Parts: sequence; structure tokens; C-alpha cells
Amino acid sequence: MKVLVCVKQTFDTEAKIELKDGKISDAGINLIINPYDEVAVEGAIQLKEKNIATEVVVVSAGSDKAMDTIRTALAMGADRGILVKQDSAADEYQRAVALAEAIKAENPDLILAGHVAADDGSSQVPTRVAEILGLPNVNVITNIEIAGGKATCTSEADGGTQVTEVSIPAVISSQVSWNEPRYPSMKGIMQAKKKPVATVDAAAADAKVKIIELALPAAKTAGIKIEEDPDVAAVKLGDWMKNTVKVEVK
Amino acid sequence: MAGTWVFVEQRDGNIRKVTYEMLSKAKSFGDEVSAVVIGNNVEGLAPEFAKYGADKVYVVEGDVFANYNTGAYVAQLAAMINEFSPNAVLFAHTFNGRDLASRLAQKLEAGLATDAINAEISAGKGVFTRAIYAGKALSKVEVTTSPVLATIRAGVFELAEAAGAGAVVKPAIAATDADVYQTVKDFVVTVSSRPELNEAEVVVSGGRGCKGPEGIKVVEQLADLLGAALGGSRASIDSGWLGHELQVGQTGKVVNPNLYVACGISGAIQHLAGMSSSKFIAAINTDTEAPIFNVADFGVVGDLFKVVPLLCDELKK
Repeated sequence: MKVLVCVKQTFDTEAKIELKDGKISDAGINLIINPYDEVAVEGAIQLKEKNIATEVVVVSAGSDKAMDTIRTALAMGADRGILVKQDSAADEYQRAVALAEAIKAENPDLILAGHVAADDGSSQVPTRVAEILGLPNVNVITNIEIAGGKATCTSEADGGTQVTEVSIPAVISSQVSWNEPRYPSMKGIMQAKKKPVATVDAAAADAKVKIIELALPAAKTAGIKIEEDPDVAAVKLGDWMKNTVKVEVK
Repeated sequence: MAGTWVFVEQRDGNIRKVTYEMLSKAKSFGDEVSAVVIGNNVEGLAPEFAKYGADKVYVVEGDVFANYNTGAYVAQLAAMINEFSPNAVLFAHTFNGRDLASRLAQKLEAGLATDAINAEISAGKGVFTRAIYAGKALSKVEVTTSPVLATIRAGVFELAEAAGAGAVVKPAIAATDADVYQTVKDFVVTVSSRPELNEAEVVVSGGRGCKGPEGIKVVEQLADLLGAALGGSRASIDSGWLGHELQVGQTGKVVNPNLYVACGISGAIQHLAGMSSSKFIAAINTDTEAPIFNVADFGVVGDLFKVVPLLCDELKK
């Protein structure tokens, strides 16, 4: 079984965001594999370790810099990579079209991706890819079992936990709590350098969403800070909650 | 063109509050407002939407819609959009809402603004504000396709009751069992006496300073006293004191309650991203230099194990 994992390069989640000429500045920002996608890569590698998957292919749509993210996934244990060269300003539709085109050529048995990217927070692309490919999709999974041409997925749902079965091939997106991604070993990093990575151009598609303006939220300012005996502090904090916030006490 | 549609988020007839928030906002656009409710035995819900200004309520019922499933719901909505041509369709930014909206958008080859925290729709043009990088930046986007599609974050729009005609419309059923490609084998409802994080008025969170499950218990007492949702920073989730679904921050949930109480949370940037849009923030931390105090409206430098129980006593008075 061939498993394909979509990975996106994002800013480190600890990064401070700054604007330059109306755009988000990437100066001095540490670029990482989107944490949700990293979990998908780990999930795919575990399927290979269980002899369910025979090959793990990672695909990333992005600039040349995204090659680092593909190498990270290869160092974790993926077998080969595909970089779909695309302007980083591409919208969700364009990204989905580009990824779907690359996926079609690979004809995988299972497609994994993070359910959301830590940068734009859109959580659209895996589901869009499924629609383009005409495949079932399940989102936000925390576990997967593959047997008899079916994927049984446990996922976080609104107000509960759901178990869903779909036939494969399918597009399945991961929640970060699925697993604990491994750190690449030194051996893995060395091997990753020799693993094949193909580069293709993104399929052309028109944008459906236009960014009008980027801004930073109004900075929250510090208010009152007290350093007093716990009993005095508790009275003052309780007073603030009751009279300023007007909380209801059950 | 047939105004703005609001897709009703419901499970077993329980309607999510965000539905009414979206109806209230849609009413302010000055155009016709319709609620779209899909499920089984849901017609009885129609008057609820009229209270928040729905001029029409599209009611779609059938066994194929009994449980939310992407295929049947997308097929039904796509057919209805083709027939009635709404200007805009708003969904809640829940797990189901984003799944449905994304798949529908792709089927219609349309743009979609997800997790919007503001919306302006006029003359068929839809402009939305989205919090990106978990709220570290704001992106104002225009969806340039028709209909305009968006998912809306819970709690960002004020509820406003307004009398609507609530005229029930029953469109043709366009989905069949052949559209269903997901089989729901099990659904376990999370049993909790507490509200959900993203809809709570008050959120009380515990972090590294809780030191263990005992500290979380202390924080829980405050949460229950305030009828609050319980949350945690990455430290308390990674330590296994709380489940991941309770994580507040960039790789967890973004919350915007009226009051956020951070107990023993230092305020790493990835946590701040998830809670700094809260209206009021209180923080209790032993470290006077903790970054959480830079965003707190009321900060107490102190030990949560001492301050929180005393605070509970004070609030009970």
C-alpha cells in the first residue's frame, strides 16, 4: 500500500509575527513542518513499520524553501518526496488543485495530511483535495486502522468522539493528538539527503479569494498586577471578578 | 438573488448558539435571511430561527441526513444553491461546518473564508476578517466567487432577537444513499458538566504551575464555581494532566470568552495566540516576570494552590 502525505512548511509556532510593506515578514523566522502534518508523516511511517504501508511519499506545495520540510519528513522515515513549486501566496483552491494533480499521478492507496495549517488556519485543503479526486474524506483523526480495503478512523467531533469507516483510497486528516512525532535520527538525516525528490510545477488555477489587507491585532496592554498575601490578593481578585467582569457564581 | 443563508448547526435537535449569532449578523446585512436546517425530524425547530430574524427556513429531512455525513449534505446543499442562488452561505466553524463548507466550496469551484471573526456582505460581495497564525495577525479577505462562502467562529457576533416570518420552504431532496461514503460506527458524546471551550463565557485554564493532577483539581473547583470551561496550556496537556481537546493555543483551540483565568500559565507566545482576544484576562502566577502578566487585566503574583481556594471562598460570599 502506498501512502502519500501532504506537508506544508509553516512558521515556528513560537514565532512573533511582524509586518513589512503590508506583508507578513519571514525575516529571522524558523520554518518548520506544520505540526499537524508532522503527525500525519509519523502516522504514515508507523503504518509502514506495521507492514501495512509499503511506501511513504511526501508532497509539498510551496517555494524552493519547502524542500527543507520535505527533507525533514524524509529524515523521519518517508521514502521519497515531491515538491510542487507554487507561489506561497496561493489560496486554498489553488493549493488543492496543485496537490491533487500531483497526487493523481502517484495513484496512492491512502492520502494523509494535517487537518489544519498552523499559519493560515484554513483547514480546507485536505477536504478540497478529496473532492477533486472524488475520494471519501475523514477529518481530525486521532487513530486509524486499515483492514480489508477500509480505513476505520477515530476522530475528534463536535461534542464527542466519532468512529467512521470509509473505503480506501481516501483522504484522511490528522489531529495533533494522534501520535508523538519522532525526531529524525542522525542516520535518518544523512539518508534523507540521498532520497529522491522530484520537482514539478503547480497546475494552473485561478484564485478564488483575494487578500485585501493584513494587520496586527491591537496589542493587549497589561492592567493591574498585585503582589500581596494570598488572602488579600484573593479578595481583590474576587472583587474585580464580581464588580468589573460581573461574573455569575454558581 | 436570495440573500444570505445560515446553515444550522444542530445535533439531535440541539442547536448551537453560533447559529443564532450568524442569523443576527446576517440580519444586519439588510438582505433576506434564511436558515437552512438539514437532519431528521427538524421541522419543529423552524420557529427558533424566526426569533432571530429568519425570513425563510429551508427544511430538509430524510433518513440519509439523520447523522451528519459529508457526501449527502454536500449533494443536498449544492443542489439547493443551484436552484435558489443565495448571495452567501454562512457555516459555523465547527468540525462539521468546516468539513461541509470545504467540500462544498470545492464542488462549486468557489472560494471560502474559514474561521471568520468578522463579515461584511453587500451587493453579493463578501469581505471577511480572519485571524491567522492563531490570532497573531489578521487577514481581511474577499471571496471573489458566487455564492460567497464562509465559516464563522463562535462567540464573535452579538445575539440580536428580531422577528422574522420564518416561512418554511421544503426543497427537493437531492441526496441519496449513494452519496454517503462515510459510515459512522460509533459516536461517544463527551459527558461534561462544563461548557465547550469555544462557546464558553468563562474559561479557566491550568498550566505548568499546577504541577500535577492535584493542581488541576484546584483549578477545576474555580471553573465549576464560575460555570466555566476548563482548558490548559501545552505544558499541562503534554504532561498528560488534561486531554488534548482542552488545549488552548496555536496547536489547540482559540477561545474568546468574556473572562479567561490563567492559573500557573507563564504565557508562551503559542498560548497567548489562543486566548488574548478574551475580553477580560486574569492571571495567577508565582513568577512576576511571566509574559502572561503583559496581557492580563488583573494579575496576581502568587501561588495558585493558595490563591485559587481563597478566591473560591471569596466568590462564594
